Amino acid sequence: MTIQTSSTNVSMQQLSAQGKFWWVMGGVLSLLLLASAIGWWLHRRAAPDKREVIDNLNMRIRAWWVMVAVLCGCFLLGRVTTLVFFAMASFFALREFTTLTPTRRGDHLPLVVCFYLAIPLQYWLIGADWYGLFAICIPVYGFLLLPALTAFTGDIENFLERSTKIQWGLMLTVYCISYAPAVMLLHIPGYEGQSLLLMLYLLLVVQISDVLQYVFGKLFGKHKLAPKVSPSKTIEGLVGGGLSATAIGTALWWITPFSPLGSAGMSLIIVVSGFLGGLALSAVKRSLGAKDWGTMIEGHGGILDRLDSVCFAAPIFFHVVRYAYA
Amino acid sequence: MITSTLLVGLVRALVGAHGRWIGCAPSSAQRIYFANHSSHLDTLALWAALPAKLRTGTRPVAARDYWGHGGIRGFVADHGFRAVYLDRDASTRDGDPLQPLMDALDAGDSLIIFPEGTRSQEALPQAFRSGLFHLAQRYPKVELVAVYLDTLHRSMPKGSLLPVPLTCTVRFGRCLQWRAGEDKAIFLDRARSAVVELA
Repeated sequence: MTIQTSSTNVSMQQLSAQGKFWWVMGGVLSLLLLASAIGWWLHRRAAPDKREVIDNLNMRIRAWWVMVAVLCGCFLLGRVTTLVFFAMASFFALREFTTLTPTRRGDHLPLVVCFYLAIPLQYWLIGADWYGLFAICIPVYGFLLLPALTAFTGDIENFLERSTKIQWGLMLTVYCISYAPAVMLLHIPGYEGQSLLLMLYLLLVVQISDVLQYVFGKLFGKHKLAPKVSPSKTIEGLVGGGLSATAIGTALWWITPFSPLGSAGMSLIIVVSGFLGGLALSAVKRSLGAKDWGTMIEGHGGILDRLDSVCFAAPIFFHVVRYAYA
Repeated sequence: MITSTLLVGLVRALVGAHGRWIGCAPSSAQRIYFANHSSHLDTLALWAALPAKLRTGTRPVAARDYWGHGGIRGFVADHGFRAVYLDRDASTRDGDPLQPLMDALDAGDSLIIFPEGTRSQEALPQAFRSGLFHLAQRYPKVELVAVYLDTLHRSMPKGSLLPVPLTCTVRFGRCLQWRAGEDKAIFLDRARSAVVELA
């Protein structure tokens, strides 16, 4: 992809990381402005009793503004800020998960360890560039330590269920989400110093896929995919939204170390795993008896409602890239 | 002032403490908020859930044996939420234990009290002690507002040092009044039900 400037052909691929970032952000911001304008217009036009769907759409657009602001902050302020932002996201996501999960007195100590030890440690390991421990800390040491701590308290009622819930919460909200900024751990030859762009790529494709699946589903959706788990997911939404998101991801190949074809493959992987994440987490949520992760705060979905697809897409994307490119 | 702001920020980050006004609206009328008591965070959560304007004129009643020993806790109680101290130990206090509360009410402040007297491990409150009754009798014009704090018993159960972050909702229920001649037990039971119905 090339653009014309007054005198020369500047290949987009040769731009600096900063330059690429602001080109993409410029596009995203224009889209968001357009989306906000449309949302505002729809809200004004709709009858007050039919505003529910539109207000939900506007809520999503607002969440996007927040995410874009956070991403800009990451780029302007660097890797430490990025890690702090994501650590906070993990913190609030785990708080949401724990709130919906029934816990007992005996779960207090393992939960304290999750919040005050596991979160800082996991993100510190990324900052310290310690891939080996980053990858196994929670799934190996955490997996074994947490139930042992629960056992110490002597409360054996529903022990397996309780341990499982804590493990799931920690894996999803801390381990999996931390894989998004962990792309900074990838040292790809010829792509040094640009790893935050890879994070931008991942998050953009995941979120655009979410939005387009939602939009395609609302416009053309007829066949429900899994009505019990997630009534809003349709085959038309998945195919239409997924393919469009893959196309957009492919068109963004110039911010990645991938070829256009490679970028198409990566986008497809992100879209499919993101979809599976949304589906699986929706099932988890419903088995906990809630419709939204954030039902606690009226009018807002929870942070996990926005990050559910990232939970699955980030680790898979990371390991595929690491295997194929790093 | 800065202490209060920081304190509210910390409480929001740890336990959310979002207020939901179900039975009444926020008002600057003089009030006594009474709630179920299951953790040391209750005082802070209820106080933080109030709109900033009401917070400055609302003082939580805090047990002297827990909050009154200086240190970080004492600093938070004195400069953060301006505690009204209550002596729970009958052997060390002299005079009416409710006197500091009445002084605060006479000065025009609103109060936050936990009529169970001590923390319970359960989601539903235990029987109420009589302090609320005496205050209701002596201050018939003060509105008594029932409040229910959910999930906090899981956040910081008895015997734990650190709170587990959870989203707690603070539900404000209806206003209550002592009916002239109403028996103590009946009134306290009515007050407790007003809290229970929010659970």
